[in-house]
Amino acid sequence: MNMTDYIGALPEILLLALLCAVLLVGVFSADEDRNAAYWLAQFALLAVFAANTYIGARTRLVLFEGMYVRDSMAIVLKNFILAFAIIGLVYARDYLRARRIVSAEFYVLTLMAVLGMMVLVSAGSLLTVYLGLELLSLSLYAMVAMHRDSAMASEAAMKYFVMGALASGLLLYGISMLYGITGSIDISVVRNALADGGGGPIATYALVFIVAGVGFKLGAVPFHMWLPDVYEGAPTAVTTFIATAPKIAAFAMAMRLLVDGLQPLSSDWQLMLTWLAVGSMLLGNVVAIVQSNIKRMLAYSTIAHMGFLLLGVLSGNTGGYAGAMFYAIVYALMTLGAFGVVMLVAGEGSAEADRIQDFRGLAQRSPWFALVMLILMFSLAGVPPFAGFWAKWFVIKEVIATGHVWLAGLAVLISVIGAYYYLQVVRMMYFEQPEHMEEVHASGDTEIALSANGVAVLLLGVTPGVLMAVCIAAMRG
Amino acid sequence: MEQFIFWAFAAMLVFSASMVITVRNPVHAVLFLVVAFVASSGLWLLLEAEFLAIALVLVYVGAVMVLFLFVVMMLDINVAKLREGFIRYLPVGATFAVATIVAMGLVVGSRNFGLERYAAPAREAADYNNTAELGTLLYTRFLYPFEIAGLVLLVAIIAAIALSIRGARQIKTPKPERQVEVRREERVRIVKMPAEKRT
Repeated sequence: MNMTDYIGALPEILLLALLCAVLLVGVFSADEDRNAAYWLAQFALLAVFAANTYIGARTRLVLFEGMYVRDSMAIVLKNFILAFAIIGLVYARDYLRARRIVSAEFYVLTLMAVLGMMVLVSAGSLLTVYLGLELLSLSLYAMVAMHRDSAMASEAAMKYFVMGALASGLLLYGISMLYGITGSIDISVVRNALADGGGGPIATYALVFIVAGVGFKLGAVPFHMWLPDVYEGAPTAVTTFIATAPKIAAFAMAMRLLVDGLQPLSSDWQLMLTWLAVGSMLLGNVVAIVQSNIKRMLAYSTIAHMGFLLLGVLSGNTGGYAGAMFYAIVYALMTLGAFGVVMLVAGEGSAEADRIQDFRGLAQRSPWFALVMLILMFSLAGVPPFAGFWAKWFVIKEVIATGHVWLAGLAVLISVIGAYYYLQVVRMMYFEQPEHMEEVHASGDTEIALSANGVAVLLLGVTPGVLMAVCIAAMRG
Repeated sequence: MEQFIFWAFAAMLVFSASMVITVRNPVHAVLFLVVAFVASSGLWLLLEAEFLAIALVLVYVGAVMVLFLFVVMMLDINVAKLREGFIRYLPVGATFAVATIVAMGLVVGSRNFGLERYAAPAREAADYNNTAELGTLLYTRFLYPFEIAGLVLLVAIIAAIALSIRGARQIKTPKPERQVEVRREERVRIVKMPAEKRT
């Protein structure tokens, strides 16, 4: 334990200190809208973003006796998690204020969840993987339950909590098995021990439980059951948060556990992930077609996207991992914008606009935000030239390169099916008459952020190479 | 002798754990869980993990389970309703349970975890201080995860307060700080009335 440890982990330490400050400000400020807590939380995320970007060398650092790893993948993913949390809070503020459920604890729990994700992304031991996951999940359970007067939110929180506890139990059981055969919880030691001794059937047995834990966090079939109910029941501001940054953290968790730790068992987990990916893509895209609630539809769309993300991971080479990383980031960006528009359309009242019909004639009510939603929907569907197309392109290219042509064909076929329900939203916006002509507007910062979000998806679609270069550099170490 | 104690505690643990999920009365289930904790702390004692064994009894049996018992008693759970659908889901549940037990039996056994594969750890000397070792490890090698575990508890506190606090108090209660400031003039009013004549 020495100074380099603390300097290396400065982003996390800074976030913790500022988070406690937000907690105190929340207690002492009498402001109804919690503006002080909001601005301090935003400042905290920005400061941590700067600290994470500028402090320390970009070389691989292993700190705290191997518990904490700071490599370029961790730095890049943390920056994206922080950025998406910042934009998510901008979108959330109007929504929470209009529904009078704004509280300082919402911001504190958001920061806690971000801290949990950062711990998870930087995990160097199985213990820190588990603790980061729990810190993230516990904050999310509480955030879902935040809207206490809503029976749906309570039910969603309960389901999320019970299923999440079960998944944590499965993951811990797998970790205990790994500790049993390798005698260590350090991920690199586990990897070396497995590479030496093979591990035999017990290692495969442990792997099943670890894949289940990762699958649950991603929301891949058959561990997807919590997702639609939680997305629909939670306040949209919370859904936005759950659907974006934690998925990047879940990708990092898969990388740390499966690629860093269980690489010697890669032929086993590639097979398991193949079935998870096929199931997710099929079920997600087919069931999304019949949804009439847009939050539920986006939940099934998430399941489908996680299937595509797993395609990149199961390719088992640097290109595939970089493709999956690209996919995770682009997915989070698109989903963030889509939920942002859902919150924008819900407007100032306490009502929700979560039926797909609520988007009827949006093009006449607000041409600009209808266009943003159009970009996001086309991108989610994977239509060129938007970012979502390149995300699919990179993972499918790697799948073909590894020789699973049938899998690539299936993925292309399924994404064509999936395009139907995204275009359904576009049809509602452009070819239907609105129920009323009430103007869609939000506070200035929300409108700017949402516009920037849509433009970013378009720009990334035009120049995907920039982000892909970052991802490949991150995966090379 | 040690073998006998191990088997006695192990049998007690398995028996009480299976009673937890099979008895009808939830209060009895909680009490069986207490027995399960005591039995497992006995097993830890056999492994010379004295501090953990005692902490398990003190923290879980002494604090957590008592709280749990209060909650279960107050909730007044309708057991019959909980058991609805038990038969309906039994085939699915039983299939998975049997599959899991078979898989566990195949891999977790003396064949894979036996003494010939993993040597028994050496016995520590009589003056070996378990608690001091644990403390040293927690505050040096495991400092980082230890701090995060503390944060997890902080989240639990924040969440519990945020979910249960209901803003300003709604009920009417006396305010002692105001009561002591009361003066005679605020409470007693002397009214002078002319005496009425008896009719």
